Amino acid sequence: MAEVLVLVDSADGTVKKATFELLTAARSIGTASAVVIGAPGTAAALKDQLAEYGAAKIYVAEGDELLGFSVAPKAEALAAVAAQASPAAVLVSSSAENKEVAARLAFKLGSGILVDAVAVDGDASATQSIFGGAITVQSKVSTGIPVVTVRPNSVAPVAEAGAAEVVDVAVTLSDAAKAATVVDNVVEAKGSRPQLADASVVVSGGRGIGNADNFKIIEALADSLGAAVGASRAVVDAGWVDHQMQVGQTGVTVSPQLYVAVGISGAIQHRAGMQTSKTIVAINKDPEAPIFELADFGVVGDLFQVAPALTEEITKRKG
Amino acid sequence: MNIVVLVKQVPDTEGDRKLDPSDNTLDRAAVDPVINYIDEFAIEEGLRLKEAHGGEVTILTVGPERATESIRKALSMGADKAVHVLDDALHGSDAIATAKVIAKALGSVEWDVAIAGSEATDSRSAIVPALVAEILGAPQLTQARKVTVDGSTVTIERVTDTGYQSVSGSTPAVLSVVEKINDPRYPSFKGIMAAKSKPIDVKSLGDLGLDAGEVGLANAWSQVTSFENAPPRSAGQTVKDEGNGASAIADFLASKKLI
Ligand SMILES: Cc1cc2nc3c(=O)[nH]c(=O)nc-3n(C[C@H](O)[C@H](O)[C@H](O)COP(=O)(O)OP(=O)(O)OC[C@H]3O[C@@H](n4cnc5c(N)ncnc54)[C@H](O)[C@@H]3O)c2cc1C
Ligand SMILES: Nc1ncnc2c1ncn2[C@@H]1O[C@H](COP(=O)(O)O)[C@@H](O)[C@H]1O
Repeated sequence: MAEVLVLVDSADGTVKKATFELLTAARSIGTASAVVIGAPGTAAALKDQLAEYGAAKIYVAEGDELLGFSVAPKAEALAAVAAQASPAAVLVSSSAENKEVAARLAFKLGSGILVDAVAVDGDASATQSIFGGAITVQSKVSTGIPVVTVRPNSVAPVAEAGAAEVVDVAVTLSDAAKAATVVDNVVEAKGSRPQLADASVVVSGGRGIGNADNFKIIEALADSLGAAVGASRAVVDAGWVDHQMQVGQTGVTVSPQLYVAVGISGAIQHRAGMQTSKTIVAINKDPEAPIFELADFGVVGDLFQVAPALTEEITKRKG
Repeated sequence: MNIVVLVKQVPDTEGDRKLDPSDNTLDRAAVDPVINYIDEFAIEEGLRLKEAHGGEVTILTVGPERATESIRKALSMGADKAVHVLDDALHGSDAIATAKVIAKALGSVEWDVAIAGSEATDSRSAIVPALVAEILGAPQLTQARKVTVDGSTVTIERVTDTGYQSVSGSTPAVLSVVEKINDPRYPSFKGIMAAKSKPIDVKSLGDLGLDAGEVGLANAWSQVTSFENAPPRSAGQTVKDEGNGASAIADFLASKKLI
């Protein structure tokens, strides 16, 4: 069976859940091969985790140079692996950077690319949700090796033992791949909450929270659920939270198992960023708020009553 | 410093956007077209760079006849001139073909930076800027929330999941900007009047030395095979809070095994 390459996302020695999802999807197309691109020593820490989700091979491209330049080196490293493995498909999870990596890779391979799949089939064709969720399309790559970026939380990760044979890959970067130098990497995100883009649970607050200080009500609810925190643009525009937290058409697109919208009206531009969430819960005092049209469960009520009580209830039930 | 801003015309997201069932491409007649929202931030950034460093701002659009309306709006904001790549053979092009056309068109003008928006509201693919950089072998300085130019060095703050990366490269460089980098200006009355006489250079594929066989629906490397209107998410249950709203949600979450 042909190999299917999966670009591994990890942080601090831990493989991200989105990668396990892709390894699972890869096994329905062919045999799963993980590709680790990172600083020296990255792969050693990830090997056992990747083996648990069926990685038959782990291609390892390591070197400080690969991280010293923006985006392009990852595409070259993947292209080097693809040249060696002749894969049936390449899967990456849909983060802003990964999409750029995938695009550059597709061009190098002379292959078509499908972006933001919400499901991948055994022939590497994909389902995409477009126009803020209004239309579902089936698409396929017709030329070359399908390169597909998949939204986190689209596939249920299933463990299966893999041989995890390590294959070292030497990458010599071209000059073009060294054109954009990473001068500095600044971490601004505070706290230990999950990251918004690939979190399984997201709790978002909207204008209904009234002021910046009240945002702690949203954070407390998020923490009770182990969730990432998001916001509507109204909240970002008011300066109550950072732009990085904005969910929607001009912010982050999320597709979690559970999305809780608190004091958010559900404007079309907000829905564009969360409509493919598996389960949606809304709290809003206005029974006519459009968010209720897509909520699986809605409570019409005052968020200042309902949200803190919910935090308490969840904490109690978790006991 | 000569600046090219990549402006895409897209259907207004407020409208009821559709695909054309005859060939599964965007139905451009269904909804009024507008400038891709984030591209207004790219135009603004281009104008600010010109104000600080001199030079000219050129709008570059690959799109149908009606894209002229968006180009005029960009010119009314203060851009100097435009290149409009217009050719029936472009219909149905995928992102890679579009990027090839943009890369070729850049070859027909003087430029130090090409500035795109980070993402278009119709495709939402957010890959054209990276593709243009790849094709040209130029520095990719994308997802910028801040742009600084010092001589021939361009440095950006690239937004990441956890903060930002400071990334720099030499001109000519391909940039994309995110919303929040600036506040786009509104066209003034004077600007609107002036835009009417600013030059728009309309180019066909042949003018750019491109072959129709490299673009368009029939030559796209990926295809939409079918589509359907997503069943409207059936609204689930809604209850009025009578003091029991929180426990009702908790019961619901428990029934779905979400807690
Ligand atoms: C080009 C463009 C791009 C955009 N991109 C985005 C985007 O990416 N993301 C985004 O979110 N928006 C985006 N918007 C903005 C969008 O149109 C809405 O304006 C925005 O989402 C509204 O945010 P909101 O729901 O928090 O505020 P509002 O619409 O003001 O809604 C607040 C809600 O809170 C409820 N409420 C008030 N008090 C209480 C209370 N005590 N208890 C319970 N409920 C209460 C109200 O009933 C109301 O429904 C964009 C707009 C444009 C034009
Ligand atoms: N047809 C086009 N003409 C000009 N610029 C474009 C075109 N398509 C995409 N772009 C630019 O690339 C950015 C990202 O588009 P996309 O990759 O389609 O999400 C847009 O914000 C534009 O700046």
